[in-house]
Amino acid sequence: MEQNKELILEIKDIHKSYNGKAVLKGISFNVFKGETKVIIGPSGMGKSTLLRCINQLTVPDKGSVWLKGQEITHRDAKNINKLRQKIGFVFQDFNLFDHLTAVGNVEIALIKVKGMKKQEARNKAIFELKKVGLEKQASLYPAELSGGQKQRVSIARAFAMEPEIMLFDEPTSALDPELIGEVLSVMKELANEGVTMIVVSHEMGFAQTVADEILFLDGGKLLEAGPPEKIFCEPKYKRTKKFLSTLNELYGNVEGNKR
Amino acid sequence: MMIITGIVYEALPFLLQGAVTTISLVVSALFFGFIIGLPLAIGQVYGCLWVKKIINIYVWFFRGLPVLVLLFLFYYGLFSITGLNISAFLSAVLVLGLRSAAYQSQIFRGSIQSISEGQLMAASALGMNKLKAVWNIILPQALRLSIPGWSNEYPAMLTESSITYAIGVTEVLTRGSFIASRTYQPMPIYLTCAVIFLFLSYLGLKMLHILEIKFKIPGFE
Amino acid sequence: MVNPDFIINILAPSLLEGLQMTIKLIMYSAPTGLGIGIIIASGRVYGNWLLSRFCRLYIVFFRGTPLLIQLFILYYGFPTIGISFSPFTAATLGFILCSSAYHAEYIRGAIQSIKSGQILAAQSLGMSKMSAIVNIVLPQALRRAAPGCSNEIIYLIKYTSLAFMVTCIELTGAGKIVASRYFEYTAVFLAVGAIYLVMVSAATHIFHNLERKFAIPGIE
Ligand SMILES: Nc1ncnc2c1ncn2[C@@H]1O[C@H](COP(=O)(O)OP(=O)(O)OP(=O)(O)O)[C@@H](O)[C@H]1O
Ligand SMILES: [Mg+2]
Repeated sequence: MEQNKELILEIKDIHKSYNGKAVLKGISFNVFKGETKVIIGPSGMGKSTLLRCINQLTVPDKGSVWLKGQEITHRDAKNINKLRQKIGFVFQDFNLFDHLTAVGNVEIALIKVKGMKKQEARNKAIFELKKVGLEKQASLYPAELSGGQKQRVSIARAFAMEPEIMLFDEPTSALDPELIGEVLSVMKELANEGVTMIVVSHEMGFAQTVADEILFLDGGKLLEAGPPEKIFCEPKYKRTKKFLSTLNELYGNVEGNKR
Repeated sequence: MMIITGIVYEALPFLLQGAVTTISLVVSALFFGFIIGLPLAIGQVYGCLWVKKIINIYVWFFRGLPVLVLLFLFYYGLFSITGLNISAFLSAVLVLGLRSAAYQSQIFRGSIQSISEGQLMAASALGMNKLKAVWNIILPQALRLSIPGWSNEYPAMLTESSITYAIGVTEVLTRGSFIASRTYQPMPIYLTCAVIFLFLSYLGLKMLHILEIKFKIPGFE
Repeated sequence: MVNPDFIINILAPSLLEGLQMTIKLIMYSAPTGLGIGIIIASGRVYGNWLLSRFCRLYIVFFRGTPLLIQLFILYYGFPTIGISFSPFTAATLGFILCSSAYHAEYIRGAIQSIKSGQILAAQSLGMSKMSAIVNIVLPQALRRAAPGCSNEIIYLIKYTSLAFMVTCIELTGAGKIVASRYFEYTAVFLAVGAIYLVMVSAATHIFHNLERKFAIPGIE
C-alpha cells in the first residue's frame, strides 16, 4: 500500500550526542503522505531530540533528513527557515507567545513569515481556531487559557502554515487528565483528514486508533516498528514488552483498550 | 515669616522655569539612553564574544564613575578637545544619556534573558529567522517586563540631573542657588527646590504607572 | 602628551590626599547609613501609626529629593537658623541621611517578603516580638536585602564626589583644582575616574564574596 503513496519525509541514519554521550545512534525511517507514526519509548531516550533533529531545531551530528526529495539538513540559516514553515511543530509545553492573543499567535507567522496581508491572515487564523473549537477564545491571552486550550491554539498555529507534515512532541503530557481528551480529539480529526504526522505520545488509546505504525525508540535506536496490533500483541523484543507493561500500569490495560 | 513667603513667591516662576529645563534634560537623556541601551542589551545577549566584551567594558565604565566625574571629564575634557562648541545642556544630555544607557541595558538584558528559550524555539519552528523572532516575539515581551525596572530609572535620573549644576546647566538647583546667594535665604529656597523635585518625581511616576496599566497583558505581572 | 613630571609631582600627591578624604567619608557614612536604614525600616514596618508615618516620610523625602539639595540645605541652609557644620560634617551627615533612606526601602521590602509564620513561630517559642524581629526576621531580611544594600553602598562611594560641592575637598575636588590650574581636564579626570573604577570594582567583588559567604540555601 505504502508503495503507491507519495514519500513525504525520509530520515536517514540520524546520530546525535550531547557532551560525548550518544543519544541517537542511527535512526532511519520514511513517512508517506497521510500516515500517522507514533513514537514511544522510555523517558530520556531521545524522542524529543529526534523530533527536533527533523526540523533542525537541533542539528544532528550525522545523517540527513529529506522533505519531499529536498534535503533539510546541511542548509544555511535562510533556507532552513523556508523549510521549517513546511513542518508544523507542537511542543510539550505549548510555547505560545505570551504577549499575543490566541488569534495573534496563529496569525503572526502568517504575516511575518508568509507575508500575508493582515486581514487575510486574520481570517485564516480565525478559521483555524474554529477548527480546534476556539473561535470564542480568539481574543484571550495565553495566561487566560486552560492548558488544553493552549495546546489547541498551538496546533492551530502550526497547522495554519499549511505544513506538509506535523510533528507533535508529547502534546498531552503537560495537561491535566481531564483536558487530554480535547487535544487528542483535535489530533484524531487531523489524522482522519489525511494530515501526515509524527506523534511522540504515550496515549496508547490514541496510538491504537490512529497510528499506522508505532516506532519503539530505545537505546538510541529504533528497536522495533510495526502496526499497533503487532506491537501490542506480539512484540519481538522483551524490552518492548517490558516497556508496554509499565505503560499498562500507568495508563491502564493496553489490550483492554483495543478496538 | 512674611518676608520668607514673599521671597519664595517671587522666586517661584524663576525656579519653575528651571523645572522645564530639568524635565527636558531628564526626558532627553532617558530617551537617548533608551536608544543606546536597547541595542547594547541585544548585543549583550545575542552578540558574538567580542561584541559582548566591548559592551561589558562600556557598562563597567559608565556605571563605575560618579556622574560628577563623567560631567567634568566630558564637558571640560573630551568635548572641548573636539573643538565643537557643545553647550552645557547638550553635554549633560549626552553624559547622562550614555550613563543611563549602561543602566538601562542591564534592565533590558535581564528581561530578555528571563524569556523562556521555548519562545525563540517556537518562532524558529514557524520559520522565523532570528532577527524577526527577536523583533516580533522577544522584544515585545521583554519591553513589557522592563517597565517596572525602567520606571526606577526616572526618579534616579531626576535626582541625578541636579548634579549638572556643577557645569552650569540652568536647571532648578542652579537657579535656586543663584537666588539663595542673592537673597541670603538659602533654607526656604532650597526647600522649595526640594518640593519641586518631589512633585516632579510624583508626577512622572504617576504617568509611568498609567503607561504600565495601558500596556498590561494577562500573564505579565 | 601629558608630562610625567606633572603626574608624579603634582597630580599624584593631590589625588592621594583627596583619596584619603574620600575614604574617610565612605568609612564614616556607609556603616552608619546602613545602621540607621535598618532602624528606619523596622520602624516603618513594626512601628505604631505615628512612627511608621514618620519613617515613611523620611524615606520619601530623602529618596525623592536630590542629594545635592540635601547637602546645600545642611551646609548653606542650617547656618541661617544658627546651626553650622564643617564641610566634612555636612557631607557625612547628608550621605548618612540619604543612603539610610535607600537602605531602609530595600530592607522594608525584604522584611515584608518574610512570611508572617516566622514571627508567629518565634512567639510560640516564647520570644517577645522585639526579640523575634531582631533574631529571626532581620537576619533573614538582611540577607534578602543584601544585593540592594551592597548596590547602595557602591552608589555612596560614587556619591562622595558631591562632597566637593560643599567645599569638602575629596578625590574629585582635588582633581578639579589641579585640572583647572594646569588646564589638563581629560588626563586628570581619566585618572580620577580610574581610581573610582578601582574602588567600585573592589567593593563589588568584596560584597559579592560576603553575600556568598553568608548565603543560606533557600534565602536569596
Ligand atoms: N540541549 C541539550 N544539551 C545536553 N543534553 C541534552 C540536551 N537535550 C537533551 N539532552 C539529553 O539527551 C537525552 C535525550 O533527551 P530527550 O529530551 O530527547 O529525551 P526524551 O526521550 O524526549 O525524554 P522525555 O520522555 O523525558 O521527554 C537526555 O539524556 C537529555 O539529558
Ligand atoms: Mg521529550
